[in-house]
Amino acid sequence: MGQVTTVDDVGSTRGRVARLKVASFIQRQGALVTLVLVCIFAAFRYERFLTEFNISNVLRQNSMLGLVALGMTFVILTGGIDLSVGSFVAVAGVIAALLANQGTVFAITAAIAFTSVLGLVNGLVIAKARIQPFIATLAMMIATRGLALVYTGEQSVRAETATGSFSWLGRGAIGFLPVPVLILIVAYIIAAVVLNRTRFGRHVYAVGDNEEAARLMGLNVNRVTIRVYTLSGALAGLAGVILASRLGTGQPVAGAGWELDAIAAVVVGGTLLTGGQGGVGPTLVGVLLLGVIFNLFNLEGTISPWWQLVLRGLILLVVVIIQNRLSARK
Amino acid sequence: METTATVSTTRRSGNLTSRLGDFGPTYGALFALVLLVVANAIFTPYFATLSNLWNVLQLVSATVLVAVGMTMVIATGGIDLSVGSIMAIASAAAAVSFGRGTAVAILFALLTACAVGAFNGALVSGFRIQPIIVTLATLITGRGAAQVISNGGQLIPFSNPGFEYLGKGYIGPVPVPVVIMLAVVAAGIFIMRATSFGRYVLAIGGNEAAARLAGVKVHRTKIAVYAFSGLLAGLAGLVETARLGASDAQKVGLYIELDAIAAVVVGGTALTGGRATIVGTLIGALIMQVITTSFNMGPFGLNPLPYSWGLVFKAAIILLAVYIQRPKLA
Repeated sequence: MGQVTTVDDVGSTRGRVARLKVASFIQRQGALVTLVLVCIFAAFRYERFLTEFNISNVLRQNSMLGLVALGMTFVILTGGIDLSVGSFVAVAGVIAALLANQGTVFAITAAIAFTSVLGLVNGLVIAKARIQPFIATLAMMIATRGLALVYTGEQSVRAETATGSFSWLGRGAIGFLPVPVLILIVAYIIAAVVLNRTRFGRHVYAVGDNEEAARLMGLNVNRVTIRVYTLSGALAGLAGVILASRLGTGQPVAGAGWELDAIAAVVVGGTLLTGGQGGVGPTLVGVLLLGVIFNLFNLEGTISPWWQLVLRGLILLVVVIIQNRLSARK
Repeated sequence: METTATVSTTRRSGNLTSRLGDFGPTYGALFALVLLVVANAIFTPYFATLSNLWNVLQLVSATVLVAVGMTMVIATGGIDLSVGSIMAIASAAAAVSFGRGTAVAILFALLTACAVGAFNGALVSGFRIQPIIVTLATLITGRGAAQVISNGGQLIPFSNPGFEYLGKGYIGPVPVPVVIMLAVVAAGIFIMRATSFGRYVLAIGGNEAAARLAGVKVHRTKIAVYAFSGLLAGLAGLVETARLGASDAQKVGLYIELDAIAAVVVGGTALTGGRATIVGTLIGALIMQVITTSFNMGPFGLNPLPYSWGLVFKAAIILLAVYIQRPKLA
């Protein structure tokens, strides 16, 4: 494709090839290009946008959704979906807050372990009982939310700690980097390596691309499925712990609707819901794009919350339509 | 896995185990409902009273209205997450237009709801975007739009006896919402059993490409199905609004899509499409409502249990129902 002839009379062919290349580039990097454009626009329009305070605030606010979306990316790459992550955020926060007085590390570990086990159950139900991911995780979403509400008596749980180490996770900073942002960066780097450089990562793509073919090649599809849902549970738990640490309380109603925000971020990034195509980089871009747009609404200051909802939905729709048109050309 | 598949195909159709095996998928939901009602009637005080019967039916009516439309959407292999937001749009649209007459307000609200549904269908069918993403975008946008219409999501109280009859009135001993619900269920059964449109819906869900080759107008049918789902959601929104005597664009229909999907799935309609049972959906919704009501009243003479326990129990019912009904050779 690179060696297109330069003779003028095949200019139309060359033009078409160039257009195809541009289309393919936009489809792959469209979200990134949009993110850059939106940031440039914001930097010119709002003085406050490029301040250290604003940037670190945007990153800190979106770090938790970023972690949830990271787990969701693995699940969606296998062709599945995980609706239970919002409830996991709540239950992990409640557990961490309840156990905070018994040592920070213990509280965090216990909370993440608990949601990992719930994620494992999701995976087992989907892989072994062959129940569709949508239904299995919908049931888990309802049940886990119910458990969190039952156990707390529908009240927030205050994290009682003698030391400040529990709140450090959500509010602290190392140098200029807020701790949640640092966790986010480390998580995405590890995830990118796992997805692109390990056997497990290739299996995730293989299962999402064609599950039957993967099975026939001798790949243990069930194990891949169980692992991605466990991972999604663990990352949602981590997000829940960070949220509880930021707020100083574990709230049984936290994280409601996060599953939809996470799915939107994954899709906006360019990962296909059908599985097999996409990656963690695109998801990070999707999370940041939606986060920056939300930040612009706030900086503008005159857009009411309900108009923000309208715009968010429309942006999601426009992005998906554009991606769809571009991929249909191929 | 392969061995179990072989066993079940070679099993003779007449023997007892297979007949028992078939009983679950076909009558399992009905059996569960009867069991729940009988057990509650015997052991839960005041459960088996006429007023409680009408109460249960009245409370379930909005979910059933939405779930009938959802059954058809799911039968085409799609899903409609936007129904709750469409309820809010209809509610707000009616509340702001009572000045032009009750009939005009109702008509305007229903047309708006139908149009939003048709918009969903056009995007799903025309742009070939996944239904879950399209209707997720409509869910977000619609909730915002409803608040825009109602001038910032304020509670709009109204006094309009003619309209409130929709939610609070009685025909003989029967509450009007229950009459509406039964009429819609009957219409749904008629459409799916006795019209070519119903056949087309199932054909598209069974195999879209084959349906297209067989001459089914796939675009038109899909748009009609989503429009119908929108229309019924609008009707549900009006009934709820009339029952409450006020329009609350922030709360009306919130999360009802999950209740509706659960009712459809428990009733025996497969998420993969190609199969639909409206009666099953009614039974599924009733199972969920009987559980909620019984938990509120204090099941089996116990103290009333918090709503949250109901959530856990419902989740278990969903999983159990889907597990029993899963296709044998899947």
